[in-house]
Amino acid sequence: MIAKDQSGQALSEILSSHTKDRGNLIPLLQETQAKLGYVPREAMQAISDFLGIPRVEVWGVATFYNQFRLKPLGRHHIVVCMGTACHLAGGRLIMEALERELEIKAGETGADGNFSLERVACIGCCMLAPVALIGDKVFPRMTPFKAEEALIPYKRGEAKDTEQ
Amino acid sequence: MPNMSFAAIKEKAQAEWEALQGSTHILVSSATCGRAAGALDVVDALSSELARQGLETPIIQVGCMELCYADPLVIIRKPDPMSIAYANVTPELVPRIVEGYVAGDDPCLELALGTFEGGEDEAAYIPELPRYEHELRLVLRRCGYIDPENIKHYIATGGYSGLDTALKMPPGDVIAELKRSGLRGRGGAGFPTHRKWEQCREAEARPKYVICNADEGDPGAFMDRVVLESDPHQVIEGMVIAGYAVGAERGYIYVRAEYPLAIKRVQIALKQAAEAGLLGGDILGSGFGFDIEIAAGAGAFVSGESTALVAAMEGRRSEPRTRPPRLAEAGLWGRPTLLNNVKTFAYVPSIIHHGAEWFASSGTEGSRGTAVFTLAGKVVNTGLAEVPMGTTLRQLIYDIGGGISKDRQFKAVQIGGPSGGCLPEGLLDIPIDYDSLREAGSMMGSGGMIVMDEDNCMVDAARFFLDFSTRESCGKCTTCRLGTLQMLHILEEITAGRGKMKDIELLQQLAEDVKAGSLCGLGRTAPNPVLTTLRYFRDEYEAHIRDKTCAARVCTDLIVYYILPDRCDRACEHCVLTCPTDAIKGGKGEVKVIDQEKCTKCSTCLDVCPPEYDAVVKLSPVSSLPSPEPSERRSKK
Repeated sequence: MIAKDQSGQALSEILSSHTKDRGNLIPLLQETQAKLGYVPREAMQAISDFLGIPRVEVWGVATFYNQFRLKPLGRHHIVVCMGTACHLAGGRLIMEALERELEIKAGETGADGNFSLERVACIGCCMLAPVALIGDKVFPRMTPFKAEEALIPYKRGEAKDTEQ
Repeated sequence: MPNMSFAAIKEKAQAEWEALQGSTHILVSSATCGRAAGALDVVDALSSELARQGLETPIIQVGCMELCYADPLVIIRKPDPMSIAYANVTPELVPRIVEGYVAGDDPCLELALGTFEGGEDEAAYIPELPRYEHELRLVLRRCGYIDPENIKHYIATGGYSGLDTALKMPPGDVIAELKRSGLRGRGGAGFPTHRKWEQCREAEARPKYVICNADEGDPGAFMDRVVLESDPHQVIEGMVIAGYAVGAERGYIYVRAEYPLAIKRVQIALKQAAEAGLLGGDILGSGFGFDIEIAAGAGAFVSGESTALVAAMEGRRSEPRTRPPRLAEAGLWGRPTLLNNVKTFAYVPSIIHHGAEWFASSGTEGSRGTAVFTLAGKVVNTGLAEVPMGTTLRQLIYDIGGGISKDRQFKAVQIGGPSGGCLPEGLLDIPIDYDSLREAGSMMGSGGMIVMDEDNCMVDAARFFLDFSTRESCGKCTTCRLGTLQMLHILEEITAGRGKMKDIELLQQLAEDVKAGSLCGLGRTAPNPVLTTLRYFRDEYEAHIRDKTCAARVCTDLIVYYILPDRCDRACEHCVLTCPTDAIKGGKGEVKVIDQEKCTKCSTCLDVCPPEYDAVVKLSPVSSLPSPEPSERRSKK
């Protein structure tokens, strides 16, 4: 987690590298998320002041697009593909197994900040269906039991924090 | 390079390309699909093995070779005696292949997918694989064979020759050539490309913009990503030609942020094109200037709609608007804008370079050229395929796709993602073109093709697509926002076994209303999966409602898990030990029984039951569950 003053500084650096054009709203949100891992409320306020547009507009855009997250992710971010090929190959069972094992629902981050779980529409690896990602590691041809097993090193703290 | 003539640039690139072709080199399929299958580990293993053996053979990370099922795919290009492709290569196999065929003359045919020159009986001759009888690679022909990060490979294989030609033609002639080719937009709707270009050219306002729509949000479609990752210059060249033809000076590639490798490769390509004087001010001394920037999309399926895409680029919520005005009149920032799909732009350079006939000689009367499909789901050979329009679905699924995996029975093919329809066996012989697919209730769409077998439930598939459309609806039109949601609720009731017969009528009616009352393509096509499954698979809806039966045993509420007493091995405890809810009774020496009260239908027991016993089955309806074995029989030897 990045401390507050650090995130404030990161944000001012991002803002100062852009002009105040409305067209920069999405790039600003993207860069903020790339730097901080999510888009905090304060960042949305700063962006709104910078571009001179109402906060509700920034909020509207940030919540419209799938890419933006308003809460920080866990140390290990798990993505389950719910695209067509993965769905047909049993993607729902993989998601249910992970929700059960992590005791969180899709879209949530666990209370200890260890794991977060997300569903995505398609990651384009249809030949490996069903697919899950832990960090950027791809887990192909998952089954409910393999999903449970894949978590073990992460739960034990044997795996490194994953890139976000 | 900027001061060189194009002929000189090309000559230099060709010399380098031919030197490469004359020497041994290694191609590794490392687009996103190859990487997911482990291509980068194979590249690392190859580098260290080559170093260990003191070899300096170049390794080229090429894009996708279409054969995703064979990833990671490695081709050893050896001018003499032959080039060989190796499928599903792992780092462990690398020393054997390097030792065998890079350093030595043992072709390791037992590991080979096939050879590129004939004469070896032990391995397939790749150009004679059944798929190549149907394939015609126009837009994908370089994919997997050139280094996407080296502009010289592109130029040496004919790249930027189209631009060189176009710049010497009057802009109107460029558009006339497109018209003669019969190219229609590859984004899905199939609007004649030259008409869009003409409208934009005729618009008087300045400046004008060219936008490439690479917001490929359709689950199961990844051909635009493949083109950008494997042959990015083709798209850039097409856009520059478009800019010249319509009178624009700036272009944008709107690409999903979820495609980081595509973005990276396009960035490299843009830089190299600018360095070579093929982008920027005064291109090739013609006086025409054009620049391209990348705009990273933030993820919204509706952004694939052109007016919604423009809204996203302007920093707004991606909501479509009514047309007219068309984008050609008032597009980005209210200026005339030409917007085409990735593949549409990718066809353009070769059409200009080789002439309209090159393109128009393939395909059908109304749909010229080729179509690119991704094949996924229950087919043996998942991957991409480029075929002439008019090829049949059967040829695509059976000859190219290799048929249904695990010898299961074909049930349906879904084309065009959430906007498309599910077509049954009886329609497999219809030719693939814009109009035939539309008549059948589906659409070309993005070209994503998902094959379903007997283990897939069509009601569940319809529910899945509706769930997607509901999540992705931007909310502007009531029929789309609430109509799709209402349809989803009905489908959820049916898959849960609480459906009523009159729901089928209601679904049909709602589907028609959503189609009629929605502004953009998302809403107008969202009911297609429901309408086609109702049309071709009504019996499955009826079985869910009337008999509470899901024949494919997918719908959780209509199935039970059951352990076949005759198949269960008394000494095995896999299911007992792994069941997350302790729902399986029976110790060592006993046949196992599932406590249906505790069972959450997570499928773990089915997953872990060793294949030699294969004792766990799903049954539907729930009432078909046999009564439990008496306990004395369970422990009997």
